Amino acid sequence: MTPQSSFMVLATVTPAREAELRGLLDSMNDAPGRVNANNAVIPFSQLDTLHFARLLILEDKTIGDVSVHGLPTRTYPLYLAFLGDMDGDEDTFLDELARRASDGLRRLFSCCEGFTPDSDLLGWMQHHRRPAIATFVNWRGRTVRRVREEAALRAALDGYIASNASSLQGLAPRELHAKLSQFVEGEKSSGRLTLSAESPTPIGWWITNALYLVGAPLLLVLASPLLLLAPLYFLRLRYLEKTDAEVCPSVDQAYSEQLGLAEDHDVTNQFSALGSRKPGFVRLLTLTGVLSVVNYAARHVTRPGHLGRIRTIHFARWVFLDDKNRMVFFSNYDGSVEAYMDDFINKTGFGLNASFSSAIGYPRTRWLLFDGCADERKYKEYIRRHTIPTQVWYKAYPGLTVVDLEKNSRLRQGFEKSSMNDEEAREWVALL
Amino acid sequence: MTPSEVDYRDVQGLVCFGYKRMTIASYALVRVKNREAARAWLRSAPVSNAEKIEPPALPPTTALQVAFTAPGLRALGVSESIIAGFSHEFQAGMAQESRARQLGDVEGNAPKYWDWGGPANEPHALVMFFAEPGGFDPFVQSLTGAQWGDAFEEPHWLPTENLDGFEPFGFTDGISQPKIDWEQERDPTSPQLDYTNVSALGEFLLGYRNEYGKFTDRPLLKADETSADLLAAEDEPEKKDLGRNGTYLVLRQLEQDVRKFWQFIHRQAGGNPGEADKLAAAMVGRTIQGDPLVPIQKESIQGIEKEEEIRQNQFTFDSDPAGARCPFGAHVRRANPRNTDFPARPTSLLKKIIIMLGFGPKGFRDDLMSSVRFHRILRRGREYGSELKPEDALAPAPPDDPKRGLHFICLNANISRQFEFLQNAWIASTKFSGLTGESDPLLGNRHAIPGCPVTSDFNLQADGGLRRRVTGLPQFVTVRGGAYFFLPSLRALRYLAGAGDAPA
Repeated sequence: MTPQSSFMVLATVTPAREAELRGLLDSMNDAPGRVNANNAVIPFSQLDTLHFARLLILEDKTIGDVSVHGLPTRTYPLYLAFLGDMDGDEDTFLDELARRASDGLRRLFSCCEGFTPDSDLLGWMQHHRRPAIATFVNWRGRTVRRVREEAALRAALDGYIASNASSLQGLAPRELHAKLSQFVEGEKSSGRLTLSAESPTPIGWWITNALYLVGAPLLLVLASPLLLLAPLYFLRLRYLEKTDAEVCPSVDQAYSEQLGLAEDHDVTNQFSALGSRKPGFVRLLTLTGVLSVVNYAARHVTRPGHLGRIRTIHFARWVFLDDKNRMVFFSNYDGSVEAYMDDFINKTGFGLNASFSSAIGYPRTRWLLFDGCADERKYKEYIRRHTIPTQVWYKAYPGLTVVDLEKNSRLRQGFEKSSMNDEEAREWVALL
Repeated sequence: MTPSEVDYRDVQGLVCFGYKRMTIASYALVRVKNREAARAWLRSAPVSNAEKIEPPALPPTTALQVAFTAPGLRALGVSESIIAGFSHEFQAGMAQESRARQLGDVEGNAPKYWDWGGPANEPHALVMFFAEPGGFDPFVQSLTGAQWGDAFEEPHWLPTENLDGFEPFGFTDGISQPKIDWEQERDPTSPQLDYTNVSALGEFLLGYRNEYGKFTDRPLLKADETSADLLAAEDEPEKKDLGRNGTYLVLRQLEQDVRKFWQFIHRQAGGNPGEADKLAAAMVGRTIQGDPLVPIQKESIQGIEKEEEIRQNQFTFDSDPAGARCPFGAHVRRANPRNTDFPARPTSLLKKIIIMLGFGPKGFRDDLMSSVRFHRILRRGREYGSELKPEDALAPAPPDDPKRGLHFICLNANISRQFEFLQNAWIASTKFSGLTGESDPLLGNRHAIPGCPVTSDFNLQADGGLRRRVTGLPQFVTVRGGAYFFLPSLRALRYLAGAGDAPA
């Protein structure tokens, strides 16, 4: 199994070069929201282990919201973030990236502080890495290569069925499975179809993963005496929940429409949201704790293809900025933003409340998990207001949703079985 | 808090009635020529309310309804600060680029080709005239005299045709409608484990609690002399609620190519009329008489009570998990999947938690859709163009063949969560319910999307066998116009007709 990983390079934009940088980012698109996958700056399509990538300028319009906590507005640097999700480990990918897109990346980073023409590109990117506090991968082990092979398998089957519909129509599921297996074997041996076997899991990853699986709960057990302080923590949290201000004004109409220009060009959309953390130790502890749980659950607990009940998210991550005073959330989700927000409210409201209620202005929660996003109008305004434009966004497999990927994987798995029982065969045939 | 009663005399009649007896109707899309004259006309217009007329009083024989777009409110002199209180989608309008993309209004359906409602062609107001046969002309004439002429530019008229309850393709129309919980008795805030046909009042009228138990976007005004006549906001009693008892109205002119539809079906059926009817029924999800394709269940469904309703609507798709009776992509299954808040009806808290953590049913189609109760619409559309029977539709079109279609109208308090969601995520989506390569068999635009060159399929699933795939569906329906309107209460209408007036 080839595990997925992610990278994020975070650099401070040189103020005088911002306009130039924006121009460069725009030049990577055919139109807003529609990247040229083979653009001259970063030819994404040549990076064949890359699932998703985005470049954006983290411009915070909500920075003044800290005033509701009586804090002065701080000025933060303007960041350029370049992030992506890929197969294999981060070092290998960055190395390939630096080789394939050297000129373009140098042009981009030359607009950032600390990058000079004689900088070592790879070393500089590694130095500017920003790890996530939590990540979500929809299906660990599903590589870009496999996604493409499985999509080709489906296309081949569609073609075969279309030309042989009359002879296949009456077949019982198991006969159909046998017949199609025969066809697929033929295609494979003639080289028209490839269904690669899984690569072995890297031993280093396997060990780290196992240590994480066991280690995190172990740490919790060791820290359990601290539970004596839990009542104090919850009393304080509940007090904060009752007194912290909400900041959910109606989002500026023009801003919302501007975000819309880059949305819904594919069946999948990008989402980037930025905000400040509520002050105080209890909120910091809550946020760090919740996101550690999310990260652990996403790795070791959730069912493949699922983030709780949600089955539309390909990759997501939470990243701290500026000494954990600010947080940015990124996701790649299927469908339009309205449906995405509804999904969160109706299906995973508790998780959303837990992970976002430490952000300034979030709709009032009750005991961390309840209320909050259940106030639909406030929540949607809140989210839209914290959404920031993503200047460049790349997806390796346009037109395919998480459910498509799962369907195609299940279809392929069916061909790995030499025989099926009736029930399995019925379910498998429904995938066609 | 006890909910307040609805004053039906303040609600425009369309929210309660379809005005079926008034078989003659025409809609005027108008632009304001003179603000003062327009306000004067609105002040004197006999706009019909929703109060039920009980015998011995005679029922009305005519009805008038009025609604405004955001540019229309501006033209009447409503201030920007008030307009900013309306929902984002109402302010932006249906033709805005990213909304059009979400709604599938691209290529041939794009707003730039619309007869009305496109860029620089937006109506300000929709004036709807209804009358019983014989009464229409005098009714319209009485209201469109000199004052009307001073107030509005020459209107774009949308005439309608009474097809006796059938839509232009020949199917029974308007069978399934949500029931509004006027008494506000149902508690929508607890998880709904059974499909209900009852919707919270706030889904269809502004100023009341919706399916989340909350209030939807609408302008709340400072209480002063100008707003004195308006009702107080239930959630912020010190403010006046301009939205209360009003709602949003979505109008789309959908041209239907009836000949293309039936000719395609007949080719697919090899000319066999029985097979043709079956395929057409599979695409619609009901027979031509309006019967559902899945069996009527024994258990009753909240909000489906009358005998005819039971015969046509007492069903969910739980009885057809494989899509073998009613295809997953059938129009009615897209428009109302009749699902609930949870799959697999978890009755214990533990089961709910298991599902919430993602360990519910394992099928690839399970739990893909949002719960339908947040996405209902109240349809009030009327057809246009002369009737063309399916058998006559097989003949080639004469040179003077009239245009046919539907003036689709729906009412909803949250356009974005109700109409737009339904159109975007369910009707136009090529990925609805785990499908791919197909959108709504009737309404789809068949437009290729990145990575999916084909969206013109229609699959008929089989239980335990290969699905049948119909390919190459042409585009049967073309969007010819559309806009989002605010259908104000009668109090709000009086306010708008005098908006900005200096306090007396």
